[in-house]
Amino acid sequence: MNPDGITAAVGESRPRVEGRLKVTGSAHYVADLPMPNLAHGWMVTATVSHGRIRDIDATDALAMPGVLGVLDHRNARRLNPDVAHHFGPDRSLPMLQHEVIEYAGRPIALVVAETPEQARAAAAALRVTYDAEPHDIEFSMNHPAVRPASTLFGPEADTGDLEAELAASAVVVDEVYHTPEESHSALEPHVATAWWEDGHLHALDSNQGPFGISQVMASLFLIDPERVHIRAEHVGGGFGAKTVCGAQIILAAMAAEHFQRPVRVALTRRQVFLATGSRPPTEQRVRIGADADGRLRAVHHHAAFALSPLAEYIEWCTEQARTLYAAPAIRTELSAVPLNLLPPCSMRGPGAAPGSFAFESAVDEVAERLQIDPLQLRLLNQPVVSPVSGRPFSTRRLVQCFQEGARRFGWAQRDHRPRVRREGNLLVGTGVAAVAFIAGVFPSAATITAEADGTFSVRVGATDIGTGARTALIAVAADALGVGTERIHLHIGDSDIGPAAGAGGSRGTTSCAFAIIETAKALREKLVDPARPVTASVDTTPLINWQPDEERYTYSAVFAEVTVDPATGEVRVRRLLGMFAVGRVINPLLARSQLIGGMIGGLSMALHEESVRDPITGRLVTADFAGYHISAHADVPNVEADFVVDYEPQDPSGFNGLGEIGNAGTAAAIANAVWHATGTRHRTLPISLGRVIEPAAAHDHPGAVSVA
Amino acid sequence: MRAFAYQRTTQIRDALNLVAQHDGARFLAGGTNIVDLMKAGVESPARLVDIRSLALGEIAEAPDGGLVLGATVTNSSVAADAQVRLRYPALSQAILAGASGQLRNMATVGGNLLQRTRCAYFSDPSEACNKRVPGSGCSAINGAHHNHAILDWTSHCVATHPSDMAVPLTAFDAVVRYETLHGPGEIPLAEFYLPVGDRPDRETALPDGALITAVVLPAAAVAGRSRYRKVRERASYAFATVSVAAALDVQHGLVRDVRIALGGVASRPWRARLAESALCGGPATAERISVAAEVEIAAAKPLRDNAYKVTLARNLIEAVLTELAADSGEERNG
Repeated sequence: MNPDGITAAVGESRPRVEGRLKVTGSAHYVADLPMPNLAHGWMVTATVSHGRIRDIDATDALAMPGVLGVLDHRNARRLNPDVAHHFGPDRSLPMLQHEVIEYAGRPIALVVAETPEQARAAAAALRVTYDAEPHDIEFSMNHPAVRPASTLFGPEADTGDLEAELAASAVVVDEVYHTPEESHSALEPHVATAWWEDGHLHALDSNQGPFGISQVMASLFLIDPERVHIRAEHVGGGFGAKTVCGAQIILAAMAAEHFQRPVRVALTRRQVFLATGSRPPTEQRVRIGADADGRLRAVHHHAAFALSPLAEYIEWCTEQARTLYAAPAIRTELSAVPLNLLPPCSMRGPGAAPGSFAFESAVDEVAERLQIDPLQLRLLNQPVVSPVSGRPFSTRRLVQCFQEGARRFGWAQRDHRPRVRREGNLLVGTGVAAVAFIAGVFPSAATITAEADGTFSVRVGATDIGTGARTALIAVAADALGVGTERIHLHIGDSDIGPAAGAGGSRGTTSCAFAIIETAKALREKLVDPARPVTASVDTTPLINWQPDEERYTYSAVFAEVTVDPATGEVRVRRLLGMFAVGRVINPLLARSQLIGGMIGGLSMALHEESVRDPITGRLVTADFAGYHISAHADVPNVEADFVVDYEPQDPSGFNGLGEIGNAGTAAAIANAVWHATGTRHRTLPISLGRVIEPAAAHDHPGAVSVA
Repeated sequence: MRAFAYQRTTQIRDALNLVAQHDGARFLAGGTNIVDLMKAGVESPARLVDIRSLALGEIAEAPDGGLVLGATVTNSSVAADAQVRLRYPALSQAILAGASGQLRNMATVGGNLLQRTRCAYFSDPSEACNKRVPGSGCSAINGAHHNHAILDWTSHCVATHPSDMAVPLTAFDAVVRYETLHGPGEIPLAEFYLPVGDRPDRETALPDGALITAVVLPAAAVAGRSRYRKVRERASYAFATVSVAAALDVQHGLVRDVRIALGGVASRPWRARLAESALCGGPATAERISVAAEVEIAAAKPLRDNAYKVTLARNLIEAVLTELAADSGEERNG
């Protein structure tokens, strides 16, 4: 019991504090915020996949009403060519610097006018000609340009004698899996408003971490980071697409400087598809050797992904192979293939989502070959310590996830043979998959002021992109200060607050919660003195142990039931259940919502999502929601997400992030269920009807009748 | 800004005159397609003549026992109409299988028939498309075409017609009524959509400047035993991969009347007359249904990446007819 006479806020289900603002339309997103003297920029993107701009003829555009001018590589200010991003050097960020085009969708000009309509009309009147050059978008792990991926996340695994263990195995699965290019599709299109004042750059931007973006913008524009001020109060989703410094803020800042007035750049849905990052296609070879009793001897996961030659990127698909199961020999390899594609960026469980699809499908294939229960196979191979590093796990409640999930799902009744359950014309199947998702915290700073009126102003550079981070952090602050949540005034989404983890890597809330808790501790020591206001600030950078003795992950077991109509290829998910071990849960209501959302994202990945490029031009054909299908409501069945009791010892409050783990296991669980229903293993996503339809199915069903 | 004039009319004659007198004038009803195309830069009408206030918003009984659907009746109203649901259930089902509730509340009978293809190359003005710019080429034929036509396409265009509603209308021999400044006219839906040929931009036989006033559904007992089945890439809110509207009337063990039309397979709703002929007059056995489906799709010419649609079309014809045959059997036995 705290001084306000209320129980702890952490652990309690509470609705989003800004929920009412959002449902009544009074939460102001960037494009809603008025700005005096605002001009509007319209982005123009390249229509060739590789080549050079021969000419941009703006004669007609400049003569159109309201047009202030056109920025392109000939008149735009120079930007720092050596700018870097979290994965390393990123030459896609300096925009409008030269005539070279490395991917279709590359921003090549910005038309600025008094209204967005005038800018758009003038942009359509721009005459751009190119000298096209041969492009390459043919992704394959055997591509001649393939190279080892960046090892920024640490070295790949190589323990034991892989080939010897494979040779000694009773059964060896050796299969190749494919996932397509995908697009994040956040509800709010990217938008920024930028202005300059006394050599300072100000921007309102739809992003997932204003502090990080401010650092990149400072480097890009070669100004003191103290002179960059970026705010992102409400953000309508990101899914990773707003973790990077977006074209909208770069172009808006360039134009605001050039035209000496505030400029807004709001992308259309099509432009979001064309120009704001994607999940790259992957090709993954998985080899697993096992004894006849199901004990794994060898695990080899080689994943390749596409990227742009302009920017470093890591789609870390190999995490599952080194963590989920014990085996005497484990090898992982990660390769990158530079192509003329939009530079990828992290999307909904990057690496883990496509990696888990491949790896957990392959594990299922081992069970299939051995004709044993795929859940038993997984339980049989649980490691005591990390199978690669030998270090213990800080907490590992995966077995509890499996067991509780199996109980609720009714797994014990499952006939493990494929294609044995029928309901009329439909085949029915169930599947399971597990995930280990790396957890931790990033450095963040918080400032808390105890005000004279008894309230507390809490400042932390967190971003709430719709996850409920704001609500969670208020609860954390209230408990840390020992007061009710109504006494907490939380300020987030502002780079001026100081360094903070963005809403990404499943670490935003945990990192900022850590900073708030440490700051509250420091403040409470000062509260003995009755003088108000009193302020404490803590930066967690020196407090983070980067070399902990134990490996830190969150875990999930996802169960799926599907129906398949073999005559039409239609796959429908009937039930999804996810059991999660994600540390101590701050707000079960919002956590469950985040996980369910993630599982729907995984469903969408399994069955629907695919960016299609024209095989001749390399251009994106699916640049709208009519072409790029995400699951519709009718595709989303009863989805349940729940938690097993868990506590993360590495965190002072037992927290772990749960932002993305919901996404990661679902595609494999569904793919495994489709195999169980049909007897056919689908190793390529999405599992679309054209891939599932069976030519003879119409003659196969018992419902065929004769009324002669 | 691309400025355009907008005018609302209450008289058919005024609407026809306005469109005749102004270059680039177009009728506007629900606007669910043309407004999107204007935003995308595919359409740039100089004037929109709003016809929603014309007296074309009723569903009426036809003298022969059929129904007359006014041109501006919303798709939602047609789908919910008790007589449509009773006498032409596949029409109601088809409409409900399309678009979303919001779109169906705006979209109209006439507009639905005149909607344009959803081929991605058509809706992107930076791509070559003979339907949008005659003679510019077809990007889809060697491009991304996994959901394009398998029947009746030409090297000029491989796009499909997107309407669900038009598929059962085709099966039920609907007739399009229109008005011009020179008087009224009628075109059977079977002749309303032109074959692709070498001018895919010319989509219908509607005279220039004509206004669709109604769609007439002739009386047809068989239509009361009809259903629509749509297969698409997700459970809802997607255009058809293949759809089938079918009606089956079995009397004394013999098929007395059968209607089959396919959506998603050609530049127009595809009346499966070969399958109908193969079934009519004989028993509705599984074997004869199978043969009928095979006969119809024998003419299919899949593109590089859409052969699965041929299998799907065949399977779907079989599945829907099998269900209808089973229903007939149950009714007879029950």
